[in-house]
Amino acid sequence: MPDVAAYDPLGVAGTWRRRWAKLVVYVLVGLFALYYVVPLAVVIVNSFRSLPDFSRNGLISLPHSFSFEYWSQAWSKFCVGGTCKGIQPFFFNSVAMVVPATIISTAIGSLNGYVLSKWRFPGSETLFGLMTLGVFMPGQMVLLPWARVLGLLGLTNTIAGLVLIHCVQGLSFTTLFCRNYYVNIPDDLIKAARIDGAGFWRIFRKIVLPLSPPILIVTVIWQFTNIWNEFLFAFIFSSGTNQPITVALIALSAGSQAVHQYGIESAAVLTAALPPLLVYLFGGRYFVRGLTQGAIK
Amino acid sequence: MTFGFVSGALNPNRPLRERLTAIMPQLVLAPSLLASFIYVFVFCGWTIWISLSNSTILPDYSIAGFHQYVELWSNERWRIAYTNLFLFGSLYVVSTTVIGLLLAILIDQRIRAEALWRTIYLYPLAVSFVVTGTVWRWLLSPSTGIESLVHQLGWTIFKFDWLVNREMAIYTVVITGIWQASGFVMVLFLAGLRSVDPDLIKAAQIDGASMPRIYRRIILPAIGPIFVAVLVVLLQSAIKIFDLVYALTGGGPGIATTVPSIYVYDLIFQRGQMAEGAAAAMMILFALSLVLVPYTIWSNWRLRREAGRA
Repeated sequence: MPDVAAYDPLGVAGTWRRRWAKLVVYVLVGLFALYYVVPLAVVIVNSFRSLPDFSRNGLISLPHSFSFEYWSQAWSKFCVGGTCKGIQPFFFNSVAMVVPATIISTAIGSLNGYVLSKWRFPGSETLFGLMTLGVFMPGQMVLLPWARVLGLLGLTNTIAGLVLIHCVQGLSFTTLFCRNYYVNIPDDLIKAARIDGAGFWRIFRKIVLPLSPPILIVTVIWQFTNIWNEFLFAFIFSSGTNQPITVALIALSAGSQAVHQYGIESAAVLTAALPPLLVYLFGGRYFVRGLTQGAIK
Repeated sequence: MTFGFVSGALNPNRPLRERLTAIMPQLVLAPSLLASFIYVFVFCGWTIWISLSNSTILPDYSIAGFHQYVELWSNERWRIAYTNLFLFGSLYVVSTTVIGLLLAILIDQRIRAEALWRTIYLYPLAVSFVVTGTVWRWLLSPSTGIESLVHQLGWTIFKFDWLVNREMAIYTVVITGIWQASGFVMVLFLAGLRSVDPDLIKAAQIDGASMPRIYRRIILPAIGPIFVAVLVVLLQSAIKIFDLVYALTGGGPGIATTVPSIYVYDLIFQRGQMAEGAAAAMMILFALSLVLVPYTIWSNWRLRREAGRA
């Protein structure tokens, strides 16, 4: 877009008619923004409202009370699925799952991408194709085999089992991301290093890795958000105190309490949503890049 | 270049260390390859096998033929599930695409605080389906959400009970799905709109073409490939949809919003009908391949055509 000032596709600059057009644009933009913001706003407000406030003014209302009480209850006291330690243990289950799974799958993906782009061998393109097939595999197809494999490895209902699933599951994505990025590193660079006597690992450490931060950030963000938010495998392969937070949330809000503790539930929901939201707010650019690369393969 | 590595590795006269170095790339790749191979072929084959057996609660590896598939398709609940998938899928894909495109066009009008609007439209994508479903369940439930709000404002005969209405519940899944995914579609389209050559647009304007016409004749055709990518991504997520429905409606009221993925879970883990569940999973894979195989062929064809032009 060389001439930014003149770029005006709907022709909405100047003249009365055009000012009207601009107004319509802003009204629409604002209305859509409401649709996206209202659910989040309601939950945030509700996490600070007291129980009598809910019974008097309903679930969607401006706050008539203010308290941090529900956050602390949701975090460490509320009863979920039989234990009364709040959402905290499940939050840390998710952390214990997402950190190793993200690091391992990204590291492996990076190495795979390096081999598949810079050390190609006959058939490596076919193998690359095979590895990307995993991207499309629906979870339902692998539920039974995973159940069996976790059983054989003694990892049924463990965080380690979920880590394994997410590493294998994420492999195709991380490999795809890294391979497509490393392809653009000039081959001459690698060739020159090899002439200088550098081997496989040395080239990786001295040339490829220093050029990698952008793609590694994209991959880490992608894996982190997806694994943190994942539900199907977590739901089926964990129970009781080993559940990640997404599963605990279902147990919490489907709980059989006579009176819904909306303040506590809202705080719990926000706690579960917060890590990926923070990643999005602070790493937005990389988040978007991951999305577009994930979509246009 | 690499035949050299392999034969070098096999040459018994070279020291072990050198031979190892020579096949280092293959060594590094091997574990992932093995994992991918098992994941894609062995796991898939396993499920296919089970789908052809009579397995119930425990797997039974004797082949019994296709009668699980026959059973599945004669099942009323499965028919509801895939009817829902078609209904939800088509509405979700079309509306999300249209709204995403509209948002992209709006954002593209050089509006103020563009980054802020984009951030607002896109954030739902960072939120999990479980959170999305939970929050929207509160908003849509007649006893707590929008209906009760309107009642409190004084309009007491107002009715908005889609969430608990058998006929309408599936549309609440659509509304929520659109909320989650339209920002993503916007991002893809916006990137496309901004890559259209502005000189082309300016030339058309000088020729006196109206803006809607320019959109129809120049801009939208130029971003055609993005339409295809958007459709493929949305169709995929529609076919795989599980968490959102589970958190929003739980498949209910009754079985009104059951979708195939929920049905698979139900058959295998709740009712102990493993073989039929595997057959249902196969149907999901089949639906996905109906989308992905033509897409792969199309994009390969396009790549080759572009390579031919260059």
